[in-house]
Amino acid sequence: MSVTQLGMPSIGVPRKGFFTDTSLCIGCKACEVACKEWNSVPADTSLELTGESFDNTSALGADSWRHVAFIEKQVPAADPSAHDGVKWLMSSDVCKHCTHAACLDVCPTGALFRTEHGTVVVQQDICNGCGYCVSACPYGVIDQRQGDGRVFKCTMCYDRLGAGEEPACAKACPTKSIQYGELDELRERADARVTELHERGEEGARLYGHNPDDGVGGDGAFFLLLDEPETYGLPPDPVVTTRDLPVMWKRAAGAAAGLLLGAVAVFWGARN
Amino acid sequence: MSPRRGATEEFTSYYGRPILKKPTWSAVDIAGYIFAGGLAGATSMLAAGAQYSARPSLERRSKLMALTAISASAVALVHDLGRPERFLNMLRVAKPTSPMSMGSWILSLYGPLAGASAASNVLGILPRAGRACGVGAAVAGAAVATYTGVLLADTAVPTWHDAHEALPFVFAGSAAASAGGVAAALAPVAEAAPARRMAVGGAVLETVMSLKMERSGKLSAETLHQGRAGTLLRLSKAFTVGGAVGLALGGRHSRLVSTMCGLAVAAGSALLRFGVFEAGVASTLDPKYVVVPQRERADEAARQREAAGA
Ligand code: SF4
Ligand code: SF4
Repeated sequence: MSVTQLGMPSIGVPRKGFFTDTSLCIGCKACEVACKEWNSVPADTSLELTGESFDNTSALGADSWRHVAFIEKQVPAADPSAHDGVKWLMSSDVCKHCTHAACLDVCPTGALFRTEHGTVVVQQDICNGCGYCVSACPYGVIDQRQGDGRVFKCTMCYDRLGAGEEPACAKACPTKSIQYGELDELRERADARVTELHERGEEGARLYGHNPDDGVGGDGAFFLLLDEPETYGLPPDPVVTTRDLPVMWKRAAGAAAGLLLGAVAVFWGARN
Repeated sequence: MSPRRGATEEFTSYYGRPILKKPTWSAVDIAGYIFAGGLAGATSMLAAGAQYSARPSLERRSKLMALTAISASAVALVHDLGRPERFLNMLRVAKPTSPMSMGSWILSLYGPLAGASAASNVLGILPRAGRACGVGAAVAGAAVATYTGVLLADTAVPTWHDAHEALPFVFAGSAAASAGGVAAALAPVAEAAPARRMAVGGAVLETVMSLKMERSGKLSAETLHQGRAGTLLRLSKAFTVGGAVGLALGGRHSRLVSTMCGLAVAAGSALLRFGVFEAGVASTLDPKYVVVPQRERADEAARQREAAGA
């Protein structure tokens, strides 16, 4: 029972989205920088090196709305006398702008809302920092900003979309790994790209978040990956938590009724 | 950013980093809020029963206790917000998909009812209206004591969500146990029989349902046995069971036994909420609780698709 299923409001037509084709990513992090610049996202103050390949951003968060993951995957050599090879996997992660968005469903203030482009955005003048969305997001995207108290995440550059511009990350991406457009068209483009990669022998190519029948009703920002989602730090099969909410409310109603009956019972026939 | 865990061999992750975000909630505020809310809600039921069964002392003390507990819980809730001054934004909308929104409305209904019935009782004004408010508070109190199970379960936190069928009952039992225990400690023995019964009945429900939750067989349930959460939950059972047995055997005869055992049951209830809270937090820090079950589900779906296609 998500807000979207209840039809409040219906998703904007045509719905806008991101298709991030990781097979084209060169790990330049231009998207991370462009996002910070355009949206005035504060610096993450720690200047530590993680030692995790070239990734020192580590995860999405209140101050990182794009995050480029770097994976150095060992490829065992066919010839035992040769050295093993390394395969580079790079992927720019972002808020998925879910169809059934748990963050939006659970937000008690209405700060999170569905825009006319079908994206999910926080209204910063309303959020009271209750943190419910943080625990609800199955992808671990949205988070509370330290020292501010409110939550922040990718807005798909709401201000730019309104002016007919593409989001800053897509604009800055030099390889068109990040593609912005109408979701239906992006899905077609992605299908064609997977077929092409399979023909070229890239067996591991697969789409992630493109299927409207998955646990979150499909993502407004979906991906072409070259390995299992968990390799990139993505959940393999996320389900929106509110799918089970009708069951939960029923159980709570049963428990409440039981409590009331129990309360009557403890007074029944009690002598002192 | 949460610290990374050591990468393990049994499943794939991104440098062992968590997939989910750690809850922003503080244990004292939110586990404390759930405990105090449950205590208040169930205490209002005792108060309503007492007002119709000529137990004036139990009635007065329960009404004051319920008001105190709900005030403390409201303070904890507001204190936990990143922007406490915007608390009233909670009442901008009413959203059935948001247990926190529903909870805010339930609290705004319950709080004034509990307050009015306590005020009427203490000041001796409008006794009829006061009693009507007392009944209203008992009914709303049942919602206050149980919706918190949905509040935790309606998240991506593996331990909490996996327990979504059990949690409202665990919390209902725990609320009754704490209310009965505290009232048995506060009220004179001669009036406290219903309180003792509620404490014992609540303790039984709490213990049975939490054992069920801990043995669900879901991977995330192991967080209920390990580390700090495991310690808290084991302590909780010791207090709850010990206190309930003591109350059942000796609560009738001695005010001292009634007080000590009643408070023990209430302490067990509080420890339970902290244990469940900590277990949930632990399940967000290790990506295993996200990856392993979801990978199994995805593989199973793929097998079925293949079988259907072949
Ligand atoms: S990925 Fe998370 S933050 Fe983004 S829309 Fe989905 S639930 Fe909300
Ligand atoms: S932290 Fe803000 S955006 Fe998130 S659920 Fe609470 S009010 Fe809504």
